[in-house]
Amino acid sequence: MKNLPIIFCGIFFILAFSWVGVILSTHSQFGSLQPTSSQLLNAETLEPVDGMNYTDAQAKVVPAVNNLDDVQYPMALVGKAQRGREAYISLGCLYCHSQQVRRKGFGSDFERNWGSRQSVPRDYIRQERVLLGSMRTGPDLMTIGQRNIDESWYLLNLYNPQINSEGSNMPPYAFLFEKHKIDPLLGPSPKALKLPAKYAIESGYEVLPTERAEALVAYLLSLKLDYELPEAKFSQ
Amino acid sequence: MSAIGSFYSSIKPGSSSDVSERAKLSEIDASMKWPALLFLVSAALWLLAGTFFAMVTAIKMTNPAYLADVEWLTFGHIRSAHLNAVIYGWSFNAAFAVGLWIMARLCHSRIRHTAILMVAGCFWNIGVSIGIFGIFAGDMTSVEWLEMPTYITPLIAFAFALIGVWAVIAFRFRQSSPVYVSQWYILAAIFWFPWLYSIAQIMILFEPARGTVQALTNWWYAHNLVGLWLTPIGLASAYYFIPKVLGVPIHSYYLSFIGFWALAFFSSWAGASHLIGGPVPAWVISVGVVASVMMILPVVVTAMNHHMTVRGRWNQVWISPTLRFVVFGAISYTLVSVTGAAMALRQVSEITHFTHFTVGHTHQGVYAFFTMIMFGAVYYIMPRLLEREWPSAMLIRTHFWCCASGITLMIVSLMVGGWIQGTQMIALKPVPVVVTENAATPTNAEQPKASTEQVTTTATSATHSAAVQTAPDQEVKLLPKYEFIEVVRNTIPWLHLRSMSGILLMVGHLAFAINFFWMAVKPKEQRDREGKPTLLVEENTQSVSAK
Repeated sequence: MKNLPIIFCGIFFILAFSWVGVILSTHSQFGSLQPTSSQLLNAETLEPVDGMNYTDAQAKVVPAVNNLDDVQYPMALVGKAQRGREAYISLGCLYCHSQQVRRKGFGSDFERNWGSRQSVPRDYIRQERVLLGSMRTGPDLMTIGQRNIDESWYLLNLYNPQINSEGSNMPPYAFLFEKHKIDPLLGPSPKALKLPAKYAIESGYEVLPTERAEALVAYLLSLKLDYELPEAKFSQ
Repeated sequence: MSAIGSFYSSIKPGSSSDVSERAKLSEIDASMKWPALLFLVSAALWLLAGTFFAMVTAIKMTNPAYLADVEWLTFGHIRSAHLNAVIYGWSFNAAFAVGLWIMARLCHSRIRHTAILMVAGCFWNIGVSIGIFGIFAGDMTSVEWLEMPTYITPLIAFAFALIGVWAVIAFRFRQSSPVYVSQWYILAAIFWFPWLYSIAQIMILFEPARGTVQALTNWWYAHNLVGLWLTPIGLASAYYFIPKVLGVPIHSYYLSFIGFWALAFFSSWAGASHLIGGPVPAWVISVGVVASVMMILPVVVTAMNHHMTVRGRWNQVWISPTLRFVVFGAISYTLVSVTGAAMALRQVSEITHFTHFTVGHTHQGVYAFFTMIMFGAVYYIMPRLLEREWPSAMLIRTHFWCCASGITLMIVSLMVGGWIQGTQMIALKPVPVVVTENAATPTNAEQPKASTEQVTTTATSATHSAAVQTAPDQEVKLLPKYEFIEVVRNTIPWLHLRSMSGILLMVGHLAFAINFFWMAVKPKEQRDREGKPTLLVEENTQSVSAK
């Protein structure tokens, strides 16, 4: 092959082409999405508009604006839940748990109550690191904070998953808990895990969650898809 | 024909009678000796470490309580340590050694200033070691294929730049004018990887793009790391070693031309097919699906080219350690790409996405294709670097049979298990439900929609109710046929089978490592001075890899 410059141009442009196509163009398409209210309003009449519909009855395009009285979704993660998210990243929960809901009719996400609507790009814009995941060795967690609101269930599940779901291959995260001697004056701590008899530890001791375990649970409890977006309404 | 003739001699000087030609090659090999050895020894050590991490990971998948109290070794850590050790440790080091060595030989140019290359090699391996230590220590990024913490990024980027520049320098000083397809592949891969890596690092970790643009960048990177880095190096090796060892020219120069450009064009777009059903625009997924399916073109072209080159010479393939591995890898290239094309179809992806099937597919690509070809390359290169032969043909045979059967068992168990997992995950069954009018606000938080009717399941989820009589106040609702935990439990036997395949691979790798380090330290024998190659079928006296 004699035309080396042509080969180099080809090598360069082929990757440039896919970079522009896959990444830069999607970035320009939805890389600047903003939080929004569930229901947009017609900018002129302040009447609610249907979904992302920007045209009125005469097929005239009208600008749609956020309803400023409404909450803007998605909401930001704060405090403890944010720290829990860091633990989620550092422990690698993502390698068994995805955070995405597929549309009704594609897979069984809807039937498994993993979400009432498909997750869409706007749901992820507040996340500094997007944790979509690509494995479901464990269930999807996009809406886990809606499916289960009992904090102690989460703590037991982290301490030993066999307590809640026998036969699971989720590893126990007992290192997120501490074994303490029960204080003879104060009695058992209100935070102590209520372990079933089968998993009880020696008497006189109790298992307390560390700050990280509590933060992780706060994060999981914050995972919800209980709001609608103009482009994503709950499926029937 | 004269062009092919001159090209033929340009890639096959080793068996020519021209003594000066052979002396020149020996000189080139000698110039590559220390850097190539550094990369190969590092690769072999990373392979052993990666295998060990893999075994612990596999055991944890079936026995979650195993080593569970050690935070450093929690599943997320050890699994990521395995991936990064085999990709950035084993694969990259092997690719550096093999890529640079093939480049130097095909360019007929000595590698200059090898000390700098060795410094780069040390930087790379120190970077990866710190990175894997960081993963264990909890600094993991949780970005797939980029788990190593960002503080090692400058180190390995710098090391890669030096190594890449050295390959380009070797190319600039080339003595032979025709440029063979292996050289294109290596040059292109060396150009593509830094681009992929820096974009992924910047857009995901340093200046994160908003929302799921990150996910697209992630899969663009991860898919192309295999498609535009490992695959070109693997194919460059196959294109070099198959004709070289057989002593025949490649079947068709034009087919290799088409294969190269089609791979580059389609593979670079295929990454988005990993996000089927995900929260990204449908058009980019569709493009990814089309590109994945079109990958059949370069694969068929390459497979035809290799097959036509090998045709009628299967005996030689069988007795040469190099070719046995390389041809196994080349066949796997066809299989992995066809599987990948099938997995990109939405109907198939609905089942295989999120399951162990994908893990099987990854091992098919990185192990059955790339790693097997690298083994073959190492069997060819080491005797020429050290000027001595492999000590034991028996260990090579053990290596081949354990790895070939081990990886086949792994792929079959993960793919069959993953397919069952996927079909059970999406299987639905009709269940009659009672519709009560005017119910109170929904109590179950799983139905956030403020519905006016509340549905109550009357049948337990275990009941099979294919033919249910539907009363007027009942309607049929589709519910999952298998509870999630049932699906998980049903994967366990397949994961046990996968652990067994891991044992086979481990035995194979130990046989390889023993042979490798034994060869490195043993004194020269008479056989080495005669340059009699170690072949896998002793009685066959046919000269296979003439030196």
